[in-house]
Amino acid sequence: MFSGTEIVDLLVELGVTHVVMLPDSTLGLWESALQECNAMELVRVCREGEAWAVAGGLYLGGACPIVMIQCTGMFESGDALRNIIHDYRLPIFAVIGFRSYLNQDTIPGDTCLTFTEPVLQSWRIDYRLIERPDQFPDIAEHFHNCQQKQIAGAVLLAEGKA
Amino acid sequence: MSLVESLQVLHERRRDEIIVTVMGTAREWMGIGSHPLDFVYVPSSMGQATSLGLGLALARPDKRVIVCNGDGSMLMNLGSLVSISAAAPQNLTILLFDNGVYEVTGAQSTPGSKLGRNNSGAVDYADLARACGFGHVHQFATLESWRIGLPEMLTANGPIFGHVKVAPIPGAVGPKSPGPAADRAKAFMSQLNSD
Repeated sequence: MFSGTEIVDLLVELGVTHVVMLPDSTLGLWESALQECNAMELVRVCREGEAWAVAGGLYLGGACPIVMIQCTGMFESGDALRNIIHDYRLPIFAVIGFRSYLNQDTIPGDTCLTFTEPVLQSWRIDYRLIERPDQFPDIAEHFHNCQQKQIAGAVLLAEGKA
Repeated sequence: MSLVESLQVLHERRRDEIIVTVMGTAREWMGIGSHPLDFVYVPSSMGQATSLGLGLALARPDKRVIVCNGDGSMLMNLGSLVSISAAAPQNLTILLFDNGVYEVTGAQSTPGSKLGRNNSGAVDYADLARACGFGHVHQFATLESWRIGLPEMLTANGPIFGHVKVAPIPGAVGPKSPGPAADRAKAFMSQLNSD
C-alpha cells in the first residue's frame, strides 16, 4: 500500500529515532529504505516480544522508537507489551501488519482476521485501521494524538498476503 | 560463590553505570543499596531484561549499561543474544548469574542445568554467547576470579557477556517491587536524561 520511501519520510518527519522491527512480507519491503536512512536506526530483533522491551529501553533512554511487527508477532508478544505499556506505562507506538486483511489467497480462512482487533482491544491499545492508501495521513495524526496523550498506540496496516 | 557476594563486588566497583536487575539479582541488589541509575526491573516480563538493556544501550551510547540477568530469564529470551550482537552496542555488558534453578518459584531445575537435563551436562552459556556473536565472553566460577575480571567487564568495548556461576539460595522468594513501576520509570528517565 505504501512504499518504503513514503514510510521512512513519514517516520523521520514524526521524529522517530529507532525502528525496532521483525518484518513480514509486506513490512519487509521497507527494509532497505529503513536501513539506508541516516536519520533513524533500524534495530532487528529475533522475536516480537523483544521488540517491546527494546523499544521500552530506548524510550527510557530518551529516544523515540517505534515497534514494527506483524499481528502474529503481536499475539506472541503479549506479556512483553503488557509489561512495557501497562506496568511501566511507556507510550510506545507500533506499526502492526494485519495479515490477510485485503485478501486470503495465501491463507484462506486466516484466523488473524478473527483475533487481531479483539486482541488489540483486550490489550487496550488505541489503534487505527489503515485499509486504503488515502488514509496515509491518519498514521501521523494518530501518532501525534498518542504522543500528546502520552499513551501507547498503533496503526494496523491492512495487508494482502502472509 | 554466592549471589550476594558477587553483587557486592559489582556494587563496590560501580560508578555511574546504568544497572538493570531482575528476579533474584533485583532482590539482592536492593538489599545492598540503591543508586539513581539502578533500574530494578520488577515487575518484569520474564526474559526481557536483556532486550531492555539493549534499548538503553542504543539510546545512551555514552553510558555503560549492565544487565544482571538470571539463567531462567536468559533461557526465555536466548534470541536476544543474537539481537544484541547484531546491534553491537559497545557499551552493553550482559552478566548472567547462573544458579541452575528457577529460584523464586521453589528452585526447580532449569532445562539448561545439569539436573534439569538428566545429568547430561549443563548448557554452556559462554559457548552459547560466543556462537551468538559475542566477541568478549568471560566465565567466573570463583569470587576471586570475579573480583579480578570484573573491571574489564565494565570498561572494555562490548557487547560483553559474563557468565557468573553462583549457588542457589534455599528458600529464596521473588523480589518485591520497590514502588509503582510507572513512577519509577519516570524518575529513572528524569535522572538518566539529566545526566
